[in-house]
Amino acid sequence: MDTVTLTVPSHPKYLSLIRGLIYPLALNDGFSKKEARRIVLAIDEACANIIKYAYEGDVANTILVAVVSEAAFFRVTLTDYGKQVDAASIVPRALEDIRPGGLGTHFIRTVFDSVLYDTNQPKGTVLTLEKKKSETISSLQPRET
Amino acid sequence: MKVDILSEKTGHGHLVKLKGDVDMNSSSDVRSSLAAIFRSNPAGAKVLFIDLSGVRYMDSSGIATLVEALQTCMKQGMRLRLVELSAPVRDVFELARLASVFEIFASMDDAVAGL
Repeated sequence: MDTVTLTVPSHPKYLSLIRGLIYPLALNDGFSKKEARRIVLAIDEACANIIKYAYEGDVANTILVAVVSEAAFFRVTLTDYGKQVDAASIVPRALEDIRPGGLGTHFIRTVFDSVLYDTNQPKGTVLTLEKKKSETISSLQPRET
Repeated sequence: MKVDILSEKTGHGHLVKLKGDVDMNSSSDVRSSLAAIFRSNPAGAKVLFIDLSGVRYMDSSGIATLVEALQTCMKQGMRLRLVELSAPVRDVFELARLASVFEIFASMDDAVAGL
């Protein structure tokens, strides 16, 4: 199991840095370019939501990104130290409602198989996103002994 | 990564070419450029073309910007035609199921055909 971590300031200009980390790691884990682009999009949207809602636009905070590659899963954990949001209130909007905004949550839930918001700490949220690898991909990974 | 925005008049309307990443950090620049075009509506242009071939990345804020542009075009009696979507843009359109909402063309030649 490999873990790669990156801590970035909560400024939108650093989102490209996170994208630059995620894309090659997803490719390296056997996902296709299209799947890797979608994984990047979902992570980027989750980080944008942290900046907008947890930090309410304050760029003087940090986001911790941890990417874990396991035999069966590609897992990304995003940790913030901002305002906690009720996970039940984070729902995607209906796609037929054509209007600007509100698509980020739809992207996250479409791309990842598991989306878990953990607010069981005094401050901030740990968002864990997991995507299953296909059987073909996971069979290429070294088995842990 | 910033987005480069090239805006020019054409014989058929107004063309905006985007190059780079259209994300939370840069979509406001695209929105401002489009707003300036709508304010001036150069030479009473009836069609706004947006060339997306050079877009390396687009997020939901970029999509929101395009939806706003479409709504403004409809109010102003203009047509919005999206040209040459790059692979990352096609991906996000697929995920948002927006392909049927916009007029999308594979090339500028196709986009101006029949105007």
